[in-house]
Amino acid sequence: MTQTHAPTSAAPVSASVPMIQLKVKVLRFDPEKDKKAHWTTYDVEAQASDRVLDVINHIKWYMEPSLTFRRSCMHGICGSDAMLINGRNRLACKTLVRDVAKSGGTITVEPIRGLKVEKDLLVDMEPFFDSYKAIMPYFINESPAPAAERIQSEEEAERMAHSSNCILCACCTTSCPIFWVNGSYLGPAAIVQAHRFIFDTRDEATQQRLGIMNQNTGVWRCRTAYNCTEACPRDIPITQLIEEVKRAVMYGQA
Amino acid sequence: MHHRYDVLVVGAGGAGLMAALYAAKGNVSVACISKLYPTRSHTGAAQGGIGAALGNVQEDHWEWHMFDTVKGGDYLTDQDAAEVFAKDIIDAVYELEHMGLPFSRTPDGKIAQRKFGGHTRDFGKAAVERSCYAKDRTGHMILQTLYQQNVKAGTTFYNEFHVTDLLIEDGRCRGVVAYELSTGELHTFHAKAVILAAGGYGRAFKITSNALTLTGDLMSIYYRKGLPLEDMEFYQFHPTGLAKLGILVTEGIRGEGGILRNDSGERFMERYAPTIKDLAPRDIVSRSIITEIREGRGVGRDKDAVNIDLTHLPREVIEGKLAEITDLARTYLGMDPVKDLVPIQPTAHYAMGGIPTDLNGLCLSDGNGGSVEGLYAAGEQACVSLHGANRLGTNSLGDLVVFGRRAGIYAAQYARQVEFADMPENPERESVDLFDRLRASNGKDNAASIRKELQESMMNNVGIFRNGPDMAKQVGIVQELKARYANVGVSDPSRRYNSELIEAMELGFMLDCAEAMTASALNRTESRGAHDREDFTTRDDENWLKHTMAYKDLNREGQVQIGYKPVSLKGFTRAFEPKPRVY
Ligand SMILES: Cc1cc2nc3c(=O)[nH]c(=O)nc-3n(C[C@H](O)[C@H](O)[C@H](O)COP(=O)(O)OP(=O)(O)OC[C@H]3O[C@@H](n4cnc5c(N)ncnc54)[C@H](O)[C@@H]3O)c2cc1C
Ligand code: FES
Repeated sequence: MTQTHAPTSAAPVSASVPMIQLKVKVLRFDPEKDKKAHWTTYDVEAQASDRVLDVINHIKWYMEPSLTFRRSCMHGICGSDAMLINGRNRLACKTLVRDVAKSGGTITVEPIRGLKVEKDLLVDMEPFFDSYKAIMPYFINESPAPAAERIQSEEEAERMAHSSNCILCACCTTSCPIFWVNGSYLGPAAIVQAHRFIFDTRDEATQQRLGIMNQNTGVWRCRTAYNCTEACPRDIPITQLIEEVKRAVMYGQA
Repeated sequence: MHHRYDVLVVGAGGAGLMAALYAAKGNVSVACISKLYPTRSHTGAAQGGIGAALGNVQEDHWEWHMFDTVKGGDYLTDQDAAEVFAKDIIDAVYELEHMGLPFSRTPDGKIAQRKFGGHTRDFGKAAVERSCYAKDRTGHMILQTLYQQNVKAGTTFYNEFHVTDLLIEDGRCRGVVAYELSTGELHTFHAKAVILAAGGYGRAFKITSNALTLTGDLMSIYYRKGLPLEDMEFYQFHPTGLAKLGILVTEGIRGEGGILRNDSGERFMERYAPTIKDLAPRDIVSRSIITEIREGRGVGRDKDAVNIDLTHLPREVIEGKLAEITDLARTYLGMDPVKDLVPIQPTAHYAMGGIPTDLNGLCLSDGNGGSVEGLYAAGEQACVSLHGANRLGTNSLGDLVVFGRRAGIYAAQYARQVEFADMPENPERESVDLFDRLRASNGKDNAASIRKELQESMMNNVGIFRNGPDMAKQVGIVQELKARYANVGVSDPSRRYNSELIEAMELGFMLDCAEAMTASALNRTESRGAHDREDFTTRDDENWLKHTMAYKDLNREGQVQIGYKPVSLKGFTRAFEPKPRVY
């Protein structure tokens, strides 16, 4: 199917901004109609500075209302819109058209891999959140708290800087070849979350967490493919964090 | 399907998650319903910080915070709410730290604090470091931490369930109806107490910092029952959104020393707020920016922006404490704040108004002390009258935890004392009607084009500067858009994951919010805080030191009835007389 439509532009810029022609190829699947997924191509006009999400919204709003995907914040903080864009996991709202296509070019959009496709670009996130919950993703310190804050040095706080930056978008986990073949692997996102608590000097459950990481669904499944690090839209050095967790498991301490 | 809980929370942003945690501590069964996965809520987008008079960097006192909040609200703030808030928030921030929130730290290991607009020492003498922060992703850390604690507490979540109706009969709330996105099924939830925490409606404007999902759903549902929305005319435009995109650039950049400059490089805020300059409250900075632009001193291709200058700050500050916005500028504008001036323009940001509540979060049904039994509200969608006519930065995150907590505590207390009230007969009826109408209509107008017109016209006619004729015109525009909406076409017939249907429904909610807002704004013939009228340029305490209560006229479609509610001019121990608001 091919359609042409009026300019896409979430950013209402003055008329002088040049528009470029694009083909957007979307892998679609409707569980109520389709046996298997199929490609549909849309012809759109866009600005080079538009987000890929602007383009997909435009298709939904003015061309193909049934097109289904998740989105909310539009600026890379809520973690809703991880998609496979031109073969790479990215957030559609943090990817600009000019980064993935030139005028006359094609952008391909598919659902992230390794999770069941429910409809079009929307996948079942429950297994992902189950892995998250499996690492005890909450601060544990049962000693009586002081009247004011617990003291932590700037350097100690900095050790969580990367891991606490995760928005649970699943770009990393669903780019991991180990996760694709073995869904029981907790995956990079869950390990990043574990890192956040293991390296928190205030947390008292380090040993329990290291135990979880040491299980056969844990950190040793990682084969340092680096896909996760490349996929992370928040530039978290995930492979490095996983290595830090591996070392902590080996030495039995953070 | 039918469900039953003692306490039901609607919304899983900061307010809802805090309410759920505290309700559960009250030994009652609790569930939380959210149209988004909790961690997708827009609380995660908050950057700058949460204000509390901890005094970790400089001497500070809750009385100063209370004063700033009242003055910042242009004296429309209820002073009892401000006092409770300024005291409680100190404990609440320590509590967040005890929950593990990874705050940035001072050199001696305490929670780090920085300056923020309108927060001062000694009742307005100079800016003070009051905003507690976790880099420039404080909201992200609050949202994550509160969700984590709910996972720990075993809270039951119904994710991607859209609440479509509130069940209120004989002045008591009995539950809600929700639409499950994955199946298209309607669920009824029977509850002793319901807490609403569904966020704002910033998507009613063209340039906005708000998520696509912030469409005022529960405000509208409340209003459709003939219940009032309070102070809807007070809507905050944040001065610094990335030009054209509206994506927020935290006020923290000015707290860290960023400077606003016009086309000639002038630090123009020196002319508008000589004492605290770039750190003046948001309404003042937004108006100053628009004035610069209107007088031809804007920057950019359309001369409709001004620049924020960070280039004099050390790279470590820009890439460390301000990493988030540095990333945004680099990603979306291809600019580097380390060496480039970044163009910004005011962006629709925050609803001061909403569902009226008392200090315990109980929803009010009129301006004379009436309430809806069993119904509570907190967060941006609620109006406890803390922010008055203009919210100070960092006071919303504070509002979420302080009043989310109170709503949770009091809802649980109420639920322990009462039995379940009967469900109305056929509770899904109105929701079924709503969806039947949307699915059956085959009008040519699609939701996206109506929404676009709404957003553009609201921005132009009920934006930063307002006047009678433009707002009167907007009343007509909203009426016309509503008439077209009655016929909006929904072409996707599918049951599962029908997001077209949801977007159409959300547009209906947003139109209601716009209607209440426009009517309230047109009615208030003065300028106060964020409500700035070109035809009534001064504050008029004699006639307008009162809250607006906007009611939908259930007999005449498109008409709004306006009532009022007195302002609490005294706190429990302190009171601040209304004075002219200069900075
Ligand atoms: C970019 C940005 C930066 C900000 N920075 C700061 C800051 O630094 N400091 C500060 O104090 N404030 C800041 N604010 C303001 C503050 O973050 C928000 O006002 C606040 O987070 C709102 O929280 P909430 O819990 O009320 O709603 P939200 O976090 O918006 O959550 C709303 C919840 O309601 C649910 N919901 C909505 N409708 C329905 C429905 N129909 N059915 C079921 N569920 C529903 C959603 O799923 C969501 O879980 C900022 C705001 C923005 C936009
Ligand atoms: S829409 Fe929120 S991360 Fe993209």
